[in-house]
Amino acid sequence: MTDDAASVTTERIARLSYGKLVAMLAVRSRDLSAAEDALGGALLRAISEWPRLGVPTNPEAWLVTVARRIDADRWRRVVTAAEGAGRWLMQEDERLTAGDFDVPDDRLRLMLICAHPAIDPDIHTALMLQVVLGIDARRIGSAFLIAPATMGQRLSRAKARIADSGLRFEMPDRSALPERIDAVLTTIYAAYTLGWDLAFIDADRSFDLVEEALWLVRLVVELAPHVAEARALLALLLFAEARREARRHPETGAFVPLSDQDTARWNNRLMAEAERLLRQAGALGGRGRFGFEAAIQAVHARRRDTGRTDWAAIEHLYRGLLSVSPTIGALIGHAVAVAEVAGARAALAHLDAIPDSRVATHQPYWVARAYLLERGGEPGGAIEAYERAIGLTEDAASRRFLAHRQSMIRG
Amino acid sequence: MQFAILNYVKPHNFADQMPENDPDGPAWGAYTKALIQAGVMVGGAALKPSHAATTLRVTDGRRDLHDGPYAETKEQLGGFYIIEVPDLDAALEWAARNPAAATGAVEVRPIMQP
Repeated sequence: MTDDAASVTTERIARLSYGKLVAMLAVRSRDLSAAEDALGGALLRAISEWPRLGVPTNPEAWLVTVARRIDADRWRRVVTAAEGAGRWLMQEDERLTAGDFDVPDDRLRLMLICAHPAIDPDIHTALMLQVVLGIDARRIGSAFLIAPATMGQRLSRAKARIADSGLRFEMPDRSALPERIDAVLTTIYAAYTLGWDLAFIDADRSFDLVEEALWLVRLVVELAPHVAEARALLALLLFAEARREARRHPETGAFVPLSDQDTARWNNRLMAEAERLLRQAGALGGRGRFGFEAAIQAVHARRRDTGRTDWAAIEHLYRGLLSVSPTIGALIGHAVAVAEVAGARAALAHLDAIPDSRVATHQPYWVARAYLLERGGEPGGAIEAYERAIGLTEDAASRRFLAHRQSMIRG
Repeated sequence: MQFAILNYVKPHNFADQMPENDPDGPAWGAYTKALIQAGVMVGGAALKPSHAATTLRVTDGRRDLHDGPYAETKEQLGGFYIIEVPDLDAALEWAARNPAAATGAVEVRPIMQP
C-alpha cells in the first residue's frame, strides 16, 4: 500500500471511529482529555506504521489497544504499584488483538456527558463537536466566533470539570433518558443552524458543520430509536437540506427566500425521507419543539404539490411551538405567519410585544420588521428597519439582498 | 472593555471614493448606525486611501520619508472603530458584521486601559 492510500485509510477510520473509540476509552477511564490524548497518539502511530506494515484486520481494536498502552504508560508513571494493572492490561490486549473483538458503541453516553446539565450549556455544542467528531478548537472557535485560544481553554475547563466532579458516565434510566437526550438534540440543532447561517459566508466550513450535525442526529436516532424528538429533529434538518440548492439563485447566486423558491429545485428524496421520519415521530407521540418545527416545514413542503402555502396551518403550528419553546426565532416566525393570515398590522403588533432588549442586535427581527412595515404601507419605517438589518448582517449576499429591497422602496 | 476594530479593505473598494459606486458604501453607514443604536460605539474614523499616506522613519538622526503606506499589503487599513463591549466574544460578533470582514479582513485589538 502506498503512503497516500494508507493515510487516506487512516483518515477514514479516524473519521468514522473517532467518537466511538474516545467513548470507549473515556467511559472506562472517566477522563476525556486522557482518552483524546491517548487516541491521538494511537492515530499518529497508525499514520506512521500502517503504510509500512499494512492496515490491521481490525483497525478499531488496534487503535484501542495502542491507545490503552499509551494511557497505561501515563498511569505507570503516576502510580508506582502498577503490577496488577499491567497484568490486567496484558489480558485485555490479548482479548483485543484476538480479532473478533467488537468495540462497544458508547457514543450516546459520550453525547449525554457532553450535554450534561452540570456542564455550562454554552459549551455543550463545542464539546460534542470536539469529543465525538474530533474537530479541533480553532475550527470550532471559528464557527462560534470565539477566539481559538479562548475556545481551547473553555473546552479544557469543561473536560476538567467532567473529570473532577465525578459526573456519571452511566446511561440514565429510561424515564430520564428523553429529557437528557433533549439537551443532546438542542446541541446538534445549534451546530446545524450555525452551519446553515454560514452557508453564504463560508461554504466549506458550513458544509462540514451541516454534515456533522446530520451525522450526529442520525446516530442518535439509531441509538435511541424510541425517542420521538430525535426523529423529528432529523426530519427538520432534512427538510432544510432538501431546499439547499433552491436557496441560491442559479445564475446570480443571490439569496432566495423560502416563499420565492422554485419547488422544482427541491430535493424530493430528502423531502420524502423527512416526511416519513415526521410520521414516525408522530406515531411515537412527539409533541415537542422539534416535532412542531418539522411539521411547519412539512406544510411549507406541501407547496410542491398544491402550489400554495397553507398559512393558517403554519400559524396554528407556530402557536403550538410557542407553547413548548417560546424562542425569539419562533416569535418572529409566528408573526410572519400572522401577516399571511390576518395582515401586516396584526403581525407588527406581535413583533411590538417582544421586549427591546431581546431584539436590539437580532438581525432576523429587523428583517421581519422591515418586511412587515413594507407590506403594511409604512415605507419610512421599512427603510429604517432595513438599514438596521443591513448593519447587523454578516454575509455579503444577504446584505446585497436587503440593500436591494431597501432601494426598491426608495424607488 | 474597549476594543479597536481595524478595517482592512481591498484597494478597489477604497480608491473609488464615490459612495454610490462603492459596493460596500451604504453598508458602512448601516454598520456604523447599528453600532451607535446598540450603544457600543465609542469613536472611530474612516481614512483616505493608502496612496495618500506618507511614511516616516528617523534612523541615526536622519529622516527617511516615502510616499505610501507603511506596508504594501493586499488589504490596506481603511479605518477603525473603537467600541465598548463586555468581552472579546461580543467584540468578535461586531467584527463579523463589519463589511470589511467579507471583502478583506478585520483585526480586533483590546485597548490598553490606563
